[in-house]
Amino acid sequence: MNWGAVRAIFNHEMARFFRTITQSLASPVISTVLYFVVFGAAIGGRIQAVEGVAYGAFIVPGLMMLTVLQQSVSNASFGIYFPKFSGTVYELLVAPAGWAEVTLGFVGAAAFKAVIIALIILLTSFFFVGMHIVHPLWMLSFLILTAVGFSLLGFIIGLWAKNFEQLQVVPMMVITPLVFLGGAFYSASMLPPFWEQVAKLNPVLYLISGFRWSFFDIADVPVGVSLIAVALMIVVLLAVIRWIFLTGWRLRE
Amino acid sequence: MPPIIEIDHLSKQYGSGTRALDDVSLTIDEGEIIALLGPNGAGKTTLISIICGLVVPTGGTVRVGGHDIRTDWRAARKLIGLVPQEIALEPFEKVINAVRFTRGLYGAAPDEAYLEQVLRSLALWDKRDARCRELSGGMKRRVLIAKALSHRPRVLFLDEPTAGVDVHLRREMWQVVRDLRASGVTIILTTHYLEEAEDMADRIGVINKGRLLLVRPTADLMGEFGRKQLTIELDAPLQHLPEDWAATGLSLSDGGRVLTYDYDTRAERTGIGRLLADLNARGLGVRDVATKQTSLEEVFISLVSDRAEVTADVEPSGADPQEAIIAAEGRA
Repeated sequence: MNWGAVRAIFNHEMARFFRTITQSLASPVISTVLYFVVFGAAIGGRIQAVEGVAYGAFIVPGLMMLTVLQQSVSNASFGIYFPKFSGTVYELLVAPAGWAEVTLGFVGAAAFKAVIIALIILLTSFFFVGMHIVHPLWMLSFLILTAVGFSLLGFIIGLWAKNFEQLQVVPMMVITPLVFLGGAFYSASMLPPFWEQVAKLNPVLYLISGFRWSFFDIADVPVGVSLIAVALMIVVLLAVIRWIFLTGWRLRE
Repeated sequence: MPPIIEIDHLSKQYGSGTRALDDVSLTIDEGEIIALLGPNGAGKTTLISIICGLVVPTGGTVRVGGHDIRTDWRAARKLIGLVPQEIALEPFEKVINAVRFTRGLYGAAPDEAYLEQVLRSLALWDKRDARCRELSGGMKRRVLIAKALSHRPRVLFLDEPTAGVDVHLRREMWQVVRDLRASGVTIILTTHYLEEAEDMADRIGVINKGRLLLVRPTADLMGEFGRKQLTIELDAPLQHLPEDWAATGLSLSDGGRVLTYDYDTRAERTGIGRLLADLNARGLGVRDVATKQTSLEEVFISLVSDRAEVTADVEPSGADPQEAIIAAEGRA
């Protein structure tokens, strides 16, 4: 294992993050504040508590998940797509670094950035809602596992994308709808029975449910199922990335 | 000393069916500069891309420093530095960080003193904090070289290092390459600037249509395939060439004052002595004499076209292509 390569890629990606620290942090924080103003204050005041949790607090895990998923996917996809776009990807391919080192460097940095932003959002939310996190370690574990899982997905999108449009299409057309339909702003139990069953086909529901459980000890699905879903996602995506690097698909000729 | 690079029956056929490399074998000794010459699409870039790990071969083996590039790729790649044909740099990256990044990819421990030495040798030290997008084309190319040297490679691949750069910069790049060789780095460069190969390389390999047509020391190649031209300025103009000179490769120009004679340096007899004696016998005074060596460009063009014809002739026999070419040439 070439740990020097992992460190080089990780530091390189983090340097990009710190170069644009204002945009990196301001954008998600402003979005979250807007969500709190609209859903928490304006609308939330008229919505009764969900399963005993004030609506403003109830949406915090969903908002964090929304941000983590978007940030993980966009950071990781852009991270690997940009070298492809600028031509510098050749360096990664000729270096004595395999798929594991390259993936660890890019995905590690993307997930780390997403977790930092999610924690900043959590801190921001304390200004708007009173909240007690029941299982803080599980919260952090879910956060990290989800960030890693979706950074792996973003990494694959970046490897697959041939242009900037393709880079945008999956986050816009798939990730955001899945988060909104995955119970970010409501409990699946609030849906009619048929739609509740449909919602359970959405993998993001399991992530948000597990994450919300770590906050409030309430969940749409058993927490074990949520953990298995994240772990399974990570294993499958790692297998796909390994296949891409070993076959050279969209990387080598 | 064993060769630093051993290429054995290397082939590459792309999915489209294009055969980019066809049974190429070559050994390269440590410390030499070898130039791979060939027209666009000849297979030069494919060859170095395979050695560096960018392209997967469909047949044959390559060993770098004794390490197989497929089974022992980590050890092989640690010995290699690549300067690609296209300028590929992250525009917002500072020069020093770009070089540090590449060194890190090779798992090398930080060594700021060495990086300073590399940047100074490439006249980039003053630009170390400049962002890559702020640099001129020549500087960007030198940054690519600095990156490729950042982990102290024993072999450096330069893919068309002076493509699209002006004459001044080209000479500057040649000096950089010479300095690198002086430091003991083995250099493999691809080019279609024949002057570049002639001026710098110890050996020249000619590739065309995926086949390595020949590899020779540069001086031998020039001597073997080079033709010379003898220009004789006469005292008095000659109205026309005597009839018995017509088929000897002589021509008359400049109002009959200049006599030009093309001859083959490989020929047993060049015919120069007989020509001068003949001039004397005819009472033609000579004011000046000059000779000019055929450029490698002319050698190359004649070589590629000749070999292509010979190759076409020998292909059906199923014999080893390179041996067959040499045999066919011998018959011719």
